[in-house]
Amino acid sequence: MTKVDIVEAIYEKVGFSKKEVAKIVESIFDIMKESLQKEDKIKISGFGNFVIRNKRARRGRNPQTGDDIEISQRRILTFKPSQVLKAALNRKEAQP
Amino acid sequence: MNKAQLITLVSEKTNVTQKVAKVIVDTLFDGMKESLEKGDRIEIRGFGSFVVRSYGGYKGRNPKTGEIVDVPPKKLPFFKVGKELKEMVNTVAG
Repeated sequence: MTKVDIVEAIYEKVGFSKKEVAKIVESIFDIMKESLQKEDKIKISGFGNFVIRNKRARRGRNPQTGDDIEISQRRILTFKPSQVLKAALNRKEAQP
Repeated sequence: MNKAQLITLVSEKTNVTQKVAKVIVDTLFDGMKESLEKGDRIEIRGFGSFVVRSYGGYKGRNPKTGEIVDVPPKKLPFFKVGKELKEMVNTVAG
């Protein structure tokens, strides 16, 4: 699934052109991206949470050369699926 | 931010009513959920991708009682952050 499929699904429900829907879908992801720069969390009930985690600097190793390197402090984004989503993936009829 | 706040922002930014914005946002996440239920991979350019990974069953232990329990096979969704968003998130001060 890509944005095109999402646009298609929304297009079938609202009376806008596909071009308009595509713009709105783009806006939704832009809003989420901007929000993650300012806030630490997006909670989508029934789907999951996008959470920013602050990682401290740590010593690491270049796996190719074995060199000792410093891994700098960083902010990373993680996704925690909701119970509802996890249950949906594991329903009997969802199994192949 | 929660889903209601996202809907409000979408409504303001795109000049659609709250009601329509809700239908759109709900359809987006419902569609993504259904896609993952089918085992499909989702790829959102500039944002990230979702894949479903399957795990085999195993025998585990109830940590409280020590009782041996069967953990059935399961599927879990994983999110891989897109390059653009990964950099956006990390370039924020603090």
